[in-house]
Amino acid sequence: MSFAELIDTYWLYFLVGQYPKGPLGGLALTVLLGALALVLAFPLGVLFGLARVAPQRWLRWPVTALVYAVRGTPLLMVVFWAYFFLPSVTGHKTDQFSTMLAALVVFDGAYIAEIVRAGIQGLPKGQMECARSLGFSYAAAMRTVILPQATRHMLPSLVNQFVSTLKETSLGYIIGLSEVSFIASQINTQVLTRPTEVYLILGGTYFVLCFGLSRLAYAVEARQRRRLAPAKAFS
Amino acid sequence: MIEIQNVNKWYGKYHALVDVNETVARGEVVVVCGPSGSGKSTLIRTLNRLEPIGSGRIRIGGQDIHAPGLDVNRFRAGIGFVFQQFNLFPHLNVLDNCTLAPIHLRRMAPAEAREQAMALLQRVGLAHKAAAFPSELSGGQQQRVAIARALAMKPPLMLFDEPTSALDPEMVGEVLLVMRDLARDGMTMVCVTHEMGFAREVADRVLFMDRGAVLERGTPEEFFGRPRHPRAKQFLSDIRTPFAAALRA
Repeated sequence: MSFAELIDTYWLYFLVGQYPKGPLGGLALTVLLGALALVLAFPLGVLFGLARVAPQRWLRWPVTALVYAVRGTPLLMVVFWAYFFLPSVTGHKTDQFSTMLAALVVFDGAYIAEIVRAGIQGLPKGQMECARSLGFSYAAAMRTVILPQATRHMLPSLVNQFVSTLKETSLGYIIGLSEVSFIASQINTQVLTRPTEVYLILGGTYFVLCFGLSRLAYAVEARQRRRLAPAKAFS
Repeated sequence: MIEIQNVNKWYGKYHALVDVNETVARGEVVVVCGPSGSGKSTLIRTLNRLEPIGSGRIRIGGQDIHAPGLDVNRFRAGIGFVFQQFNLFPHLNVLDNCTLAPIHLRRMAPAEAREQAMALLQRVGLAHKAAAFPSELSGGQQQRVAIARALAMKPPLMLFDEPTSALDPEMVGEVLLVMRDLARDGMTMVCVTHEMGFAREVADRVLFMDRGAVLERGTPEEFFGRPRHPRAKQFLSDIRTPFAAALRA
């Protein structure tokens, strides 16, 4: 089978899996899973991050424990947990997509929490103090003064995390989720003679996705930088 | 306006404020001075509860500021506080720095808040910088904006914590001038500062603190002319002849 034939035969399968005759898969599923994971993990991570810097111990400690637990475990472990643990709790078998999504959201939520924490704690202490002295409550000061500044500092690390989330969707392979890596290996099994090409295309696909996301983030960052001059540091 | 009764504060074993008793009348301008680490910043920060106290009582406008059930945010909104490091919000321009609190906390209409902010910026001589970001201003300009921002909440009392200590010498004057005008307009002010010229000209009273205690109080003429406490005498001679002070140390 030539390279052209390879593309010609399998491009649709690569893009959407067995859809519309079967479940959605392939690149579409990867993008869907990655996007959903980002959209859900980000607010969760911000909440976790706020809890990490909260003055109340009862908020701080459980989240700190979760963050350390997640940081001390490979994502693969979390995926296994979700795969075997979720059904035993909910009582019915969770499909692979939801399992993978849950694992990604918890895992990335914990990492984003650390990014948010660092972003907040990286600001001069005077900012919070000054907002409080003007009469803002802790929550209002966070919302109007601290977070808008912290997000700016967090952006590069967040993009990093988003890019890894996208790549981490490939671990869905392990639990038989028909995302793009799984589909690629299926194609490879059927074709047999062209593993280099198949996996080159797979690698290229991930690269385009992640590179695109990074460039997008750079554009956002550059626009912000033009709008807001950097904070002057005082010692 | 302010009544401080038997206030003590400890950082662990360190006695940061020792039996401070003081009253400040409405319209009075009080300058607090003393060597670094003497507790003057700690004292002024207890007045809007940025620092908790160990024991004693502080009343402002007759209200015990540690009374249970006191809405601390509302209470703080009625006191202007100016920091050594200015602490302008770098993500907002000068005008927005001055309208943020009135709009959020006083529910002032944005147009009205902007109008008020422009008037205040005019007063500190920075109306032409309304659209600038803090990073584009000099230190002296930033501090004047910080004063305007504090005034935007129409506080009857202003606290200044070493407002000129982070400034290059040539910018100290412009900030002191704004403070002097404020004092002349009848604002009640407590200023921690090393600017003895300002104390002499503007203050009604000078407090001298060392090691957490107020050791001397009096009019500027009394304090500068006839200091009684030996440590006050030492302090005054040290700031007049810094070389001698350093050589002796």
